[in-house]
Amino acid sequence: MDLMTILLSATPMANAGGAIGAGLAAIGAGIGIGQIGKGAVEAIARQPEVANDIRANMILTAALVEGAALFGIIVGFLAMVL
Amino acid sequence: MMHKCFKSLLVAAFSFFCIGIFTPTFAQGNDEKKEEKKGFNAKEVIFGHVLNNHDFHILDIVGDNGEKSPISIPLPVILYSEQRGLEVFMSSHFHHGEESYRNYLMLTNEKIEELKLDPNKYNAQDIVALDDKGEIDSSVRIYDISLTRNVVQMLIALFIFTWIMLAIAKKYKNGHGVVSAPKGSQSLLEPVITFVRDEVAKPNLGSSYERYLPFLLTIFFFILINNIFGLIPGSANVTGNIAFTAVLGIISFVVILFSSNKHYWGHIFNPPGVPFGVKLILVPVELISVFIKPFALIIRLFANMVAGHIIIICLISLIFIFSNLSKYAGWGTAPFSIAFTVFIYFIEVLVAFIQAFIFAMLTAVFIGQAIEGAHHEGDHHDDSVMV
Repeated sequence: MDLMTILLSATPMANAGGAIGAGLAAIGAGIGIGQIGKGAVEAIARQPEVANDIRANMILTAALVEGAALFGIIVGFLAMVL
Repeated sequence: MMHKCFKSLLVAAFSFFCIGIFTPTFAQGNDEKKEEKKGFNAKEVIFGHVLNNHDFHILDIVGDNGEKSPISIPLPVILYSEQRGLEVFMSSHFHHGEESYRNYLMLTNEKIEELKLDPNKYNAQDIVALDDKGEIDSSVRIYDISLTRNVVQMLIALFIFTWIMLAIAKKYKNGHGVVSAPKGSQSLLEPVITFVRDEVAKPNLGSSYERYLPFLLTIFFFILINNIFGLIPGSANVTGNIAFTAVLGIISFVVILFSSNKHYWGHIFNPPGVPFGVKLILVPVELISVFIKPFALIIRLFANMVAGHIIIICLISLIFIFSNLSKYAGWGTAPFSIAFTVFIYFIEVLVAFIQAFIFAMLTAVFIGQAIEGAHHEGDHHDDSVMV
């Protein structure tokens, strides 16, 4: 199997596309949740007594961002399977 | 300098062209699969764990000739079809997909390959009807309502959960923890319930939180206990099943719909303070978001749980994949793989709690949005979460 045959066949392309898509979604999740964490830690540093409230908001927002990233990962997986 | 760069670029381009077009020629050898002894099939192990099975697979005993004899707990198979009616029997009669029984056959990956069936249409653990000659009869439409692995584990979790809750409720009924300080299991559960009431229900639902508190508590604890049970090694993957999460999402959606009032739909179809041009775009978006929000709940729980399970299995499978290369590579990978797996297990326990909390919290938020009354000037915002 040479490079041209590999590049022209469908299944490895679908698998590669799915994997790259899932990786990009993970990058998005990393950046997003990192910024949430940064904002939360800075806010706690400014006002330590509301740390619990800030932590609850941080976890909620992180779960929402992670939900969006997982959409992307599921689509990447579907690209491999369908 | 530029000339040298251009030359190098030409050399690189020509090399790629050569690799792409010119191929080494081999004489066509024997293309058949000669290997009888199959190595470790990671994909089969992963999908065998993540998907639903008709038995609780415990382990495989590898015999002297390399044959795997599985040890598993069989579960009842309940099939209904219009032509043949209701049939109930234990899945042990299928002998792990090797034999057919009462003209039904359970497919395994090997059988799908053997019978040359379309892998997109037939999956492992599907049950197909056979006609009298032993061929697959596609005219018989089977409704598979068996007690599969997921169902049995969910029922066990439900039973244990109800038992614990009723036992603790009886303690409260007898007066412990009401006129005296809570003791034992009460002090385990009371902070959690108070947390759900004070952080999830009250801020989002306002004054009518008591109507929805049983529902939110049930959602939270049900998802939590099924998540925790799914983490036991060898157990079924209940919350990582899209049907399970879809039903939970649909129930939340129905509760949100039934608690919505005129203001909610008024805000969707006629958002106040919005110019007409923007309204044209906003109303379809708002309408779609009514359906997207529960759908996101479904996908979030499903994907988080199934991703965690797959990561754990993949890390352990690394050991066996490396051991296919050489025995020492397998042994060498084992400490790192196990260390990683233990680390991921801690994260998965955390994710189990977080996902249950998020599902309950977002359901509360959406219900709160639905039951919101008319806005008054200078409303006192009591939310711990800014929505």
